[in-house]
Amino acid sequence: MADIGIGGHQPGFGSTVRTDSWKRGPVLTFLGLSAFIVYATWAAFQGAHYYVGPYLSPFYSPVLFVEPSALGAAPVEHAWLGAWPAWWPAFLPHSPSFFILIFPGAFRLTCYYYRKAYYRSFATTPPGCAVGPRAQKKYHGETRLLLFQNLHRYALYFAIIFVFILYYDAFLAFSYHGVPGLGVGTLVLLVNATLLACYTFGCHSFRHLVGGRLDCFSCNAACGVQHGIWKKATFLNERHMPFAWLSLCWVGFTDLYIRLISMGLLTDLNTWEGF
Amino acid sequence: MAERHFKVWRGDAGGGQFEEYEVEVEDGMVVLDALHRIQAHQANDLAIRWNCKAGKCGSCSMEINGKPKLACMNRLSDYPEDFTIVVQPIKAFPLIKDLVTDVAWNYEQNKRIEPFTPRPRGADGEHRMMQDDIERVQEFRKCIECFLCQDVCHVLRDQDRKDAFAGPRFMIRAASLDMHPLDTADRIPALKEELGVGMCNITKCCTEVCPEHIKITDNGIIPLKERVVSRYYDPLMILLRKLKGLFGGT
Repeated sequence: MADIGIGGHQPGFGSTVRTDSWKRGPVLTFLGLSAFIVYATWAAFQGAHYYVGPYLSPFYSPVLFVEPSALGAAPVEHAWLGAWPAWWPAFLPHSPSFFILIFPGAFRLTCYYYRKAYYRSFATTPPGCAVGPRAQKKYHGETRLLLFQNLHRYALYFAIIFVFILYYDAFLAFSYHGVPGLGVGTLVLLVNATLLACYTFGCHSFRHLVGGRLDCFSCNAACGVQHGIWKKATFLNERHMPFAWLSLCWVGFTDLYIRLISMGLLTDLNTWEGF
Repeated sequence: MAERHFKVWRGDAGGGQFEEYEVEVEDGMVVLDALHRIQAHQANDLAIRWNCKAGKCGSCSMEINGKPKLACMNRLSDYPEDFTIVVQPIKAFPLIKDLVTDVAWNYEQNKRIEPFTPRPRGADGEHRMMQDDIERVQEFRKCIECFLCQDVCHVLRDQDRKDAFAGPRFMIRAASLDMHPLDTADRIPALKEELGVGMCNITKCCTEVCPEHIKITDNGIIPLKERVVSRYYDPLMILLRKLKGLFGGT
């Protein structure tokens, strides 16, 4: 009994009297996020097989520059800024994804839900409720080094632009070479944009900016409108965690689906009878 | 009548140990009932703080099988019959005796928050506000000050930063005042500096243990963090405020 602290509370990393399966959440989160990071990094470095038929992978949208010699690359005329630039460092692959993933990556990195997730499962501060955290010299929370988290709303502004771009991509996927139609890929892109929209518009920063910053919702007509938007954002915000995971998994699946079709390993069911 | 096995912390700030008790229990009993039975029949000097036995006074906060809970709201039937129920005092505050801790620090934090400062009454001498405006703060008013959120908050519980963070309970208290439609006080500078909203890393344990199911993090702390961001860290908002000031806006 000599090693028991006051009140029976033992100090130290991971120490707890809890008997439930508190480790399951952080372990699953660690595995889920790690798997996505590994896949997204691998996919970004490929620089190929991101475009097939009317489908464009969300990891590569919008295409700023195109390397036309890459397999499964978008046509040059599809790129906003043309062919691949000469100034690009030779040691890096010519992957349009490098210009894109930084934006959704920053949005998810600074997202209030993901902060909870990785503070628990990666940083272990703490790994679970009433479980001893990793030892730190002096805890400073989200001050000092982590002050950058406060710029989440700027990542949100970019994320909102991406929602519209991804809906535009889904809209384009209803037509192939000028022929209207529909494929499984079209639906995959549409679901992807919708899940990302539900995740983005349920963001805590969005909820604050559209109305949460007000103290009085009934003071004038504009406040009333903002209250209405705030209530809708609140509905999505209450489901922020499921939308965070669903949108994360689906965006990875969308890239994989398009990649496999582009590589000829999967056939897309569609009304165009192949690409 | 069935028998349940309990391990209860007995001791004070100088030390102590877990004592084991076999307690005869009946259907519908909660942990507090069992502790009262121990107190009545086996350990007359067992110290427990309790009052309403209805989950509304916030007195019987303790840790049951490692989780901060109200003993009066925790049914024995929630645990398998052969399960040992371990009862400890809350960790974040100094132990007085057995299951009773000194939570006076919390009341000191409350004094640091600028009190309700309503705008002047209307011409008819009344304060008027709409239900839509006060729904948010009504959620925060459900708080029973059990301090389970304070106990589970790792900043107070494990990181020993009571010097820098007032804790979730007082973030909620500040939010209930700052979001009030009649209130005019500016608590944002105090939230950033003295009350330390930036110390919270939003791991949501406070929300998980709240017996009143207040969404402490999502509806209280994060909105306060966003208000601090608008004031101190968002260059666009800072610029807009300056422009408003230049052109005579409010």
